[in-house]
Amino acid sequence: MESLMMILIGVLVAVATYLVLSRKILRVIIGTAVLSHAVHLLILTVGGLKKGDVPLLSQSDGPYTDALPQALILTAIVISFAVTAFVLVLAYRMYKTNDADDFSELGGSSDE
Amino acid sequence: MTIIFAILLPFIVAACIPFAYRRFTNLHIGWFVLAVPVILFGLLATYIPRIAKGETYTYTIEWIPSFHINFTTYLDGLSMILGLLITGVGSLVILYSIFYLSTKESLHHFYCYLLLFMGAMLGVVLSDNLMVLYAFWELTSVSSFLLIAFWHHRKASRAGARKAMTITVIGGVAMLVGFLLLYAIGGTFSVRELISQADMLQSHVLFVPAMLLVLLGAFTKSAQFPFHIWLPDAMEAPTPVSAYLHSATMVKAGIYLVARTTPIFGGHEVWFWTVSVIGLVTLFWGSFNAVKQFDLKALLAYSTVSQLGLIMCLLGLGSAALHLGYSTESVIYTQATFAALFHLINHSTFKGALFMMVGIVDHEVGTRDIRRLGGLMALMPFTFTIAVIGSFSMAGLPPFNGFLSKEMFFAATLHITELNIFSLEAFGLLFPIIAWIASVLTFVYCMIIVARTFLGKVKPERLEKPPHEAPFGMLISPFILIALVIGIFLFPNVLGHYILQPAMASVYPGFPSSEELTPHIYAWHGINTELLMTVGVVVLGIVLYRTLKKWRPIYRIIPERYTLNALYERVITTSENTSGSITRRYMNGNLSYYFMYIYIVFVAAVAGYFLLSDAFSWQPSKDSSVQYYELILVLVMIFASVALLFAKGRITSVLLNGVLGYSVAFFFVIFRAPDLALTQLVVESVTTALFLISFKFLPELKPERTSKAIVFSKALVSILVGATVTLIGLAVMNYEKFSAISVYFENAYELAGGKNIVNAILGDFRAFDTMLEVVVLFIAGLGVYTLIKLKAKKGDADVENK
Repeated sequence: MESLMMILIGVLVAVATYLVLSRKILRVIIGTAVLSHAVHLLILTVGGLKKGDVPLLSQSDGPYTDALPQALILTAIVISFAVTAFVLVLAYRMYKTNDADDFSELGGSSDE
Repeated sequence: MTIIFAILLPFIVAACIPFAYRRFTNLHIGWFVLAVPVILFGLLATYIPRIAKGETYTYTIEWIPSFHINFTTYLDGLSMILGLLITGVGSLVILYSIFYLSTKESLHHFYCYLLLFMGAMLGVVLSDNLMVLYAFWELTSVSSFLLIAFWHHRKASRAGARKAMTITVIGGVAMLVGFLLLYAIGGTFSVRELISQADMLQSHVLFVPAMLLVLLGAFTKSAQFPFHIWLPDAMEAPTPVSAYLHSATMVKAGIYLVARTTPIFGGHEVWFWTVSVIGLVTLFWGSFNAVKQFDLKALLAYSTVSQLGLIMCLLGLGSAALHLGYSTESVIYTQATFAALFHLINHSTFKGALFMMVGIVDHEVGTRDIRRLGGLMALMPFTFTIAVIGSFSMAGLPPFNGFLSKEMFFAATLHITELNIFSLEAFGLLFPIIAWIASVLTFVYCMIIVARTFLGKVKPERLEKPPHEAPFGMLISPFILIALVIGIFLFPNVLGHYILQPAMASVYPGFPSSEELTPHIYAWHGINTELLMTVGVVVLGIVLYRTLKKWRPIYRIIPERYTLNALYERVITTSENTSGSITRRYMNGNLSYYFMYIYIVFVAAVAGYFLLSDAFSWQPSKDSSVQYYELILVLVMIFASVALLFAKGRITSVLLNGVLGYSVAFFFVIFRAPDLALTQLVVESVTTALFLISFKFLPELKPERTSKAIVFSKALVSILVGATVTLIGLAVMNYEKFSAISVYFENAYELAGGKNIVNAILGDFRAFDTMLEVVVLFIAGLGVYTLIKLKAKKGDADVENK
């Protein structure tokens, strides 16, 4: 199962990378969302799969699955949600100000 | 202890100035600042009698003892000379600047930088530890940069500041390397300890490289050929700064360093030739170029270059005595060093006065161009007096102090021809000859200063302002200096005994008696070669000055393109353009490219190391079993993600992302993580809703028009990144060097009173982390709110492009 998950994660990362490399801001945002899914699964898988029961002391006497990755992922889910919301608003703002949703239409070398 | 106070006081006052500046708005802040150098001068002066007896003062504060870097102050005769110059000339310059700079200038900056420089310079001359010395050394470069660029609205000021900074800092870094080599040889950063093992150092392979690197630092700082080009450009600074930094003190730091390290390096043939020849060339080249200048300040700058060369050359000649070792015959060669130190002081007096004179002319008349000046003698009699005394002292005429040191210089060059070490018998004669030619040129430019400015006819129509005498306050400082010029001529041996003799002891620590090293200075010593040389200088100088128009074309022999300045400009421009074009090539402002760089570096570094270290391992046998519903879920996710790549509409993309998110939630359920599953479901729903809401405001997703090659390269990079993650993930699964720490948390009920381990971790074990996570959410929320609510002001969008 772990190997299978790793392959799935690899596919997700590859897709996310391709989307992030896109020029359209919406695709980039979706790319980051996919990337966070991949990373959540990665943390969970690296911690080991199906090694025990749900980590609730009242439900069983163990062995439990590793609770630490779960705690980490819980934090990560919330943060990635916050980031997605923020970036979405950023995209909205960028579109309002510059009238563009394509990175190649932006910026350029206006250094100094 | 007092010495440390002397170094720190300017820094402390500099820090206070911005506050004091607001408080006293109606008073010129210079009066307040003036107290600092006056106090310090008085403080140092109290040490003179004790130093003259041969005492030295050290005080150590341990700083980084493990690296032998200690804050050690060391006051001896040599640092005393420089210390008195820094504080003495500093007092006069600040007094002068009070009348020179109006209160409309940003004085708090000016005096802040000036005090910064003063502290740094005192640090240079009073530090025994080479690392501390280096730090102060660079600080003088920085403060000099700030002071040259004081009128930073002028382009020339900025360019001059940059040039000075570039050249002196390059030298400074070379010097640092030299110090480190010395440390590698001698095992200490202390100058005194290095001097005590000078014999051992000389035999080391790294000795000559270290010497040359240290000299590079000294030469750049003291504007020696070919690094002198920064000094004329530094004249863009306000005149008090030029008088202080660029004639009296900072440029003497290189001289000081050479004198200070003479006991270490002196006596070596390379040292003798490098220092004396570079000094001689600088002496000649400086005076040769000074003659052709039209700007009085530029003329003085070249004359400073030339005089610094003279002092440097004398120090080089004086080092021959160290090679010979102590004997009654060798003492005569130490007189070169004596003349160097003597001229060091004399130069500060007459050159300081001359700079202040030029400042007065500039201030009262509005120009420094000798083609527009003339006939000011009757209008500005006091200023004229300063100019005459200063110039004639510089030209080496009696009854001024320059005459004494110039005669000693001639004597020293004549003595050296009698030596037959270092193959001097072949080249020795060059010293008196070039010295004499340079002195003739010196005489010529001194004549130019006096005659072209003050004699002849007034040309009122070519002046900016109607000429009149300077206010009394501006005349005080230069008059004190020219009083010294005459005073030193009348009583040279007072100076010789109290100031120069202890300094000689610092340069020749191995010689038993510094009494013997101090010659008695006579103004009249009968008719001898030196005096005849001076007479020759005057005669030929007058002739050359009269015929200046005829031989002036000699300066056009070297075309502008081949001068050192042009070379410097070319190097700077080329390197700027090259680095600019390289940067622009990859920093093209397109986000996709930047991501590309990140990913490529990621793959190259991580996967590259992964392959190199042969870390790959895969043991599918350890895997847990695969159920058919899990397989279906994996396939669903792969299908959804691949479909995402080809999705045309934005709704489709978001829904596919939702499919991925919900599938992840299912996996959480399968892998016994109920909390995660719940959170993921909620978050995924909200995210999808958020996307859909945002679509109301965002444009429709248009297909990207990209070439096949770009699509291919993107795909390649993506696949490589994915493969890297998979391979590393698989390898990590088999990494079992450490046991899991999760067992600790399974004791959650006893430790934290919670039966849900995940919750206990979040709410108790890692509560801080969770709290900060809430802060992140809060900040993100604030960001979202402001980005939506904040209206762009008019013209905001343009700010970026300015």
